[in-house]
Amino acid sequence: MNHSPSDDSTVPLSATPLASRKIFVSLDTTARSRGSDKVALQVESLLNSQPELAATLVRNGSRGMFWLEPLLEINTPKGRIAYGPVKAEDVNDIINLECFEDVIDHPLCLGLTEELPWFKSQQRLTFARVGIIDPIDVDDYISHGGFIGLNNALEKTAQQIVDEVKDSGLRGRGGAAFPTGIKWQTVLSEPEQQKYIVCNADEGDSGTFADRMLMEGDPLVLIEGMIIAGLSVGADQGYIYLRSEYPQAHDILNKAISNAKTAGYLGDNICGTEHNFHLEVRLGAGAYICGEETSLLESLEGKRGLVRAKPPLPAIEGLFGQPTVVNNVISLASVPYILSHGGDSYRDFGMGRSRGTLPIQLAGNIAQGGLVELAFGISLNELLQQYGNGCKSKRAMRSVQVGGPLGAYLPAEQWDTALDYEEFASIGAVLGHGGIVVFDDTVDMAAQARFAMEFCEVESCGKCTPCRIGAVRGVEVIDKIINDKNDEQQRQDSVDLLHDLCDTMEFGSLCAMGGMTPFPVRSALKYFPDDFLPHPSTKKAQ
Amino acid sequence: MTATNEHGLQKITTIIEQNQTLPGAMLPILHAIQNDLSFIPSNALPLIAKALNVSKAEVHGVISFYHHFRTAEPGAHVIEVCRGESCQAMGSRTLEEKIKQNLSIDYHQTSKDRQFTLEPVYCLGNCACSPAIRIGDDIHGELDLQKFEQIIESLNTYPLELK
Repeated sequence: MNHSPSDDSTVPLSATPLASRKIFVSLDTTARSRGSDKVALQVESLLNSQPELAATLVRNGSRGMFWLEPLLEINTPKGRIAYGPVKAEDVNDIINLECFEDVIDHPLCLGLTEELPWFKSQQRLTFARVGIIDPIDVDDYISHGGFIGLNNALEKTAQQIVDEVKDSGLRGRGGAAFPTGIKWQTVLSEPEQQKYIVCNADEGDSGTFADRMLMEGDPLVLIEGMIIAGLSVGADQGYIYLRSEYPQAHDILNKAISNAKTAGYLGDNICGTEHNFHLEVRLGAGAYICGEETSLLESLEGKRGLVRAKPPLPAIEGLFGQPTVVNNVISLASVPYILSHGGDSYRDFGMGRSRGTLPIQLAGNIAQGGLVELAFGISLNELLQQYGNGCKSKRAMRSVQVGGPLGAYLPAEQWDTALDYEEFASIGAVLGHGGIVVFDDTVDMAAQARFAMEFCEVESCGKCTPCRIGAVRGVEVIDKIINDKNDEQQRQDSVDLLHDLCDTMEFGSLCAMGGMTPFPVRSALKYFPDDFLPHPSTKKAQ
Repeated sequence: MTATNEHGLQKITTIIEQNQTLPGAMLPILHAIQNDLSFIPSNALPLIAKALNVSKAEVHGVISFYHHFRTAEPGAHVIEVCRGESCQAMGSRTLEEKIKQNLSIDYHQTSKDRQFTLEPVYCLGNCACSPAIRIGDDIHGELDLQKFEQIIESLNTYPLELK
C-alpha cells in the first residue's frame, strides 16, 4: 500500500515540526511476544545515530490488532501512519522514507491507523486511549481527556456520583454482570467507617486479555475510576489485586501509580481537596479461584483463597470485615467515561439490559485475534467472520467457547446469538468477561469436556464438596464414557451419571467454580455427542 | 522443603521487617522471599509465623494453596507452559508433550543439569497469539517446537564477556 501525505493537504510531511515527531512501538505483552522490543531497540539506535531525525520513541499500549504487531506508527499532519508487522530490519527504511520522502511506497505501510476498517468500526469508550498515549505519562493522559471524569466527580456529592453510575446501566464486566451502581449504593449506605475499593485484576479466564491490555495501555483510566469509586462511597484506600502471570502490567501499574501520586492525584488531599485516596498493587500467586471476589478478599488478607459463604456481602463485610467495593478492571475503567460524558451517553450504547460497550477478545484459532470494543448487540457470527476472518489454521470453524473455562461451548447453529447478557443466558451460555476462544474442526470436544473437569480439580479451593470431589469424579466418569467400547448400556449409564453429577455441582457448589464447570461439559455433550462415542476416528472415517 | 543458609535467613529477616506492618502482609512477604531466593525455604516459616502472629501451619497452608509459590530451589530457568483452552485450540496439547520430551522432564520437575524447571500455568493473557509460554518475565507466543528449541538454545548459550 502507498500513500501520499500531500494528496489533500498542502502541508508536506517534512513540514511536521521536528520536535513533535513521534514513533510509536507497543510495549504490550502480546506485541512484545511478537518482537516489538527488538523493533523499539532498532528505532532507538537509529534515532541515536541520526539525530537529524529529531524524533522521539513512545512505547504505547496496543491498538489490539495483534496479527499486525509489532505495529510501528509515525505521527504525521494527517494522523498516524501504521506499518506492520514490522521486523527490526525494516525500521531504518520505514523511518527514513517517512521523514524524507513525499510519496511513501513501502510494502508494510497500512495507511492511517484509524482508517483501518477493523479499528475504525469499533466504539472505543473504555479503550479510547489504549494504543494511543504513553501509558504512564500523566500529561499525555490529561491531553487526551483524562481526569475530566474525576474533576466532575469532585463537584458532585457521593450520592450524585452513584446516581450517575446507576443511570449509565453499567453492569460488572468481570462476568457476573451485577449492576455497578447498586453495589456502590450498598457500600455508600453503610455508616461512615473504614471502607475499601478493590479492583479485581485476577483475569484468569483463558481467552481474555482485556484487563491486561488496559492496564498496560492506559493504567491511569483504571486509577481514575478507582479514585472516583473512593469518592462515591467514602473509601480512602484502594487495592489492585493483580495476577502474578502479568509481570508487564505489574511494572506499568506501579509506574503509573507513582506518577499519579507525584501529580497529586493519589495520596492525601488529592487535587487540593480534603479527599484522600491511597492505592497499592497486590500480587496474586497463580490461583484461578482468587478471581472469585470473596476468595480474592481472603487472599488480600494474607490467607488461603477459600471462598466465603454469602451473605454477608462484601459490600457490607468485605476486606478486613469492612464495607468493600469489589469491581473488575473494565467496570472501574468505564467509570471515567460515565462521569465525563454522563450516564445517559453511556446508556445510549447497547441493547436490552446490557448497556454501554463490551471489550470483546478474539482468541484461540482465529486469523485476526485481538480486542474489539463494541456496543452490546453484535452477533457472534459477525465477530468471528468480519473481525476474526475465520480460523488461523484456515480450516472450518467447529466450536466456540465464550466466557472463559466456565463458559459453554457453542456450535455453529448458535453463532447468530447477539452479544447480550440475557440473550446468552437464554441459550444456557454466558458472556462472562467477553473472551471468545475459537476451535477448528480438529477439536475433540470430549477432551475439552474432560479438561473442564480437570481444570476444576486443579483450581478448586476445596471448601465445598460438590466442587472439590465432583471435579475428580467428573474426570473419571468422562474417561469411562470415552473408553467404554463394548457395553453400550454401561456407557449410557455413565452419561446419565455425568448429568446427575453436573446437577449436584451446579446447584450444590458455593461459587461459580463448581457451579459453572457443568456449562462447558454439558454443552459439549449436548451439541457434539459424536465426539463422546468410542473410536471417534473410525466413526469419522466411515 | 529445602532450608536456606545464614545469608538467606538474613535476607528473609530484612524482608519480613520491611513488610510485616502492611495490612495482609503474608503474600507480599512470600513474594519478596521467592523473588530474592527463587523459593521459600523451610526455615523461613517460623520467622514469618512469629512476625505475623500466626501458626507455622497457617504459613504452610498459604504456601501450599498457591501454585506460584515453591519450596525447593528451581532450575536456572522456570518455563511455564500455558494449558488454557485458547492454547489448546492452537495445538498446545501436542506441544506440551514435545516440550516434556525435549527437556526429558515432566511438570513440576527440574532437568538434571539444573537448567530448566517445567510448570503448567493456566493462561498468560496472550490468547490472540497462542500457544504461549513464559520464561522468567518474558512471554513467548505462537510457539511451535522449532521456536521452542531456538529459545532453549539461546538460554543455554552464555555470552562471553570481553574486558
